Amino acid sequence: MIPPDDLAIETRGLNLWYGSFQALRNVNLRIRRGIITALIGPSGCGKTTLLRCFNRINERDPNVRTTGEVRILGHEIHGPHVALEELRRHVGMVFQRPNPLPLSVYENVVFGLRVHCSAGALTRDELDAAVESALTEVGLWRDLRDRLDRRATDLQLEQQQKLCIARLLPLKPELILMDEPCSALDVEGTHAIEELMFSLRERYTIVIVTHNMAQARRASDECVFMLLGELVEHRRTADLFLAPSDPRTAEYIEGRYG
Amino acid sequence: MSGGTASPQPFAPTAGLLARRRRERLARGVFLAMTVLMILPLAGILGYLVVRAWPSLSWSFLVEAPARGMREGGIWPALVGTIDLVVISLAVAAPIGVLAAIYLNEYARDNWVHRVVNLAVITLAGVPSIVHALFGLGAFVYAARLGYSILSASLTLALMTLPVIIASTREALASVPRSFREACWNVGATRWQTIRAVVLPNSIGGILTGIILQVSRAAGETAPIMFTGAVFYKAVRGGTLLPYRLDEQCMALSMHLYTLATQVPNVRPSIPYATAVVLLAVVLLVNAAAITLRLRVRTRPKW
Ligand SMILES: Nc1ncnc2c1ncn2[C@@H]1O[C@H](COP(=O)(O)OP(=O)(O)OP(=O)(O)O)[C@@H](O)[C@H]1O
Ligand SMILES: [Mg+2]
Repeated sequence: MIPPDDLAIETRGLNLWYGSFQALRNVNLRIRRGIITALIGPSGCGKTTLLRCFNRINERDPNVRTTGEVRILGHEIHGPHVALEELRRHVGMVFQRPNPLPLSVYENVVFGLRVHCSAGALTRDELDAAVESALTEVGLWRDLRDRLDRRATDLQLEQQQKLCIARLLPLKPELILMDEPCSALDVEGTHAIEELMFSLRERYTIVIVTHNMAQARRASDECVFMLLGELVEHRRTADLFLAPSDPRTAEYIEGRYG
Repeated sequence: MSGGTASPQPFAPTAGLLARRRRERLARGVFLAMTVLMILPLAGILGYLVVRAWPSLSWSFLVEAPARGMREGGIWPALVGTIDLVVISLAVAAPIGVLAAIYLNEYARDNWVHRVVNLAVITLAGVPSIVHALFGLGAFVYAARLGYSILSASLTLALMTLPVIIASTREALASVPRSFREACWNVGATRWQTIRAVVLPNSIGGILTGIILQVSRAAGETAPIMFTGAVFYKAVRGGTLLPYRLDEQCMALSMHLYTLATQVPNVRPSIPYATAVVLLAVVLLVNAAAITLRLRVRTRPKW
C-alpha cells in the first residue's frame, strides 16, 4: 500500500459519460509521486479521457458528465473551492500534436507566468531567468538561446514538443500529463522526449499515455492497462510485461488486439 | 528493355482507360467553361460601364455638386453622403457584432437559448433589405423620433449588416485551431486571457475582412436609406468635407443613381453611368483594402 503522502493522483469510482456513452467505468487508480506512469490500452479504451479528467479539461465539452472522486495530491478537485485556473497550473498537459502558441519562443515559455501574474508584477529579469531555466531543463537552451524571438510554430516538431513541455515548467507544476507526446515525432524525436522524461522524473510526476508498448516498457516505472473504459491492471512496468496477472492484459501485450 | 518473347505490355492504356480519359477531358472542359462564363459578364459589365461613363468621368465630376436639376455637374454630395452612412452604420454594427460573436463563439454553452440566438442571426441575415427599411422607418424615424435623417438611415443599415458581421466574425473565430485554446487553458488561462492572447490575434484578419465586406453592401443598398434618410437632392456646396449634420437627410450614390435613371428627364446619358462607376470604384477600393489588410495583419499580440 502506498502511503497517502506519496500519492499524486487518486481516483475513486470515477465514471465519465459522453452523452449516453460511458467512456470510463468505475476507475480506481492510485498513481505515485515522482515516477513515470504509463497508460496503455487499445484505441478508444479511454486513456485520453482519463488523462483529461486529471485537470478537468474534459469539462469544456458540454455533454461530458462525471461521477466519482479525483484527488490530486490529496485534494479533491471537484470541490466548490477549486479554481480550474489554479488546478491547471499545478497539473500541466502535453498533447499528441505539439501545440506551441503562434507567438515567439520566449513568449511561449513565459505565457503561463503572464497568465497568472498581473501585468507589471514580473520584471524582465525574472522572465528572462524563467525562460533560461525552463529551456535548459528541456535541453533547448543551447539551440535556441539566440533565437528566442523566432515564431515557435516554425520550429521542428521535436523542438516544438520540448517547448510545450518547457511552457509548463515556469509554473512549477507537480504533475505533467502527456497524451501520446511522441506520436507525431520520428525515432530520434521520440528518443529525445523519453530522455527528457527521465531527466524530469522525481521533480515532477509524469503520466504518459502511449500506444507504443515498447515505449511504455522503456520509459515508465509503473504501467496501467485499460480496456473498454475499465482499469484492468496496474503494476510495476517490469512485472506487468513479464507476468501479467489478468488474462486480458496478457492478450494485449502479446498483440492479440489493439 | 524488352525480353526475348513479345509479352503483352502490362502498363499500356486499355480501351476502358481511354474512354475514362475522354470523360476526364470533358469534365475539365465543362468546369473551365463555367469559370470563364462567370468572368465574362463581370468583365462585360465593367467594360460597358466605363465606356458609357467615359465622357463624364473627371475629377470635377467627383468633387462638384450637381447643377441644373442634376443634368450637369458632379456627385460630391452623394459621395459624401454614402461615406457618412457607411462609416456611421459600421461604427455601430461592427463593435456590437464582433462582441456578440465573441460571446456566442467563446462563452455561450450549447443550450436552447444559444440555438435560438443562432437561428435569429441566420434569419435576420436573410431578411430582405426592404423589410429592414420598413422596420427602420417605424423604429428609428417614428418611434425613436430621429426623423428622416442620416442617423436613422445609418442605424437601419447597421441593423441590416449586423447579423452578417456576427456570422463572419464567428467563422473567423471558429477557424482558430482548438489546440491553441487548449494550450492556453492548460496553463490556467481564463477565457478572456485566451481570447485576447491567442484567439483575437489569430482571427483579426478574418474579422476585419468580414466587416469591410459589409461596406460594399451598405454602400450599395438603396431601399433601407430611401425610406429613412436619403433624399433625391440636397443643395450642398461641392468639395466641402462634412456637409451634413447627423439629423439631416443626405444624398447617397445608390439613391442618386436611381434618381438619375428614373426620375430626371433628359439627363446626359453618361452621367448615370459615371455615377455607377464611382459607386463600383468605391466598393472595389474598399474590397482591395480588405484584401491587403488580410495579408498584412499578422500576429503580434500585446500584453
Ligand atoms: N468528445 C467526445 N464525444 C463523444 N465520445 C467521445 C469523445 N471523446 C472520446 N469519445 C469516445 O470515448 C472513448 C474513449 O476515447 P479516448 O479518446 O479517451 O480513447 P483513447 O484510449 O485515448 O484512444 P486513442 O488511443 O485512439 O487515443 C472512445 O470510444 C471515443 O469514441
Ligand atoms: Mg487518445
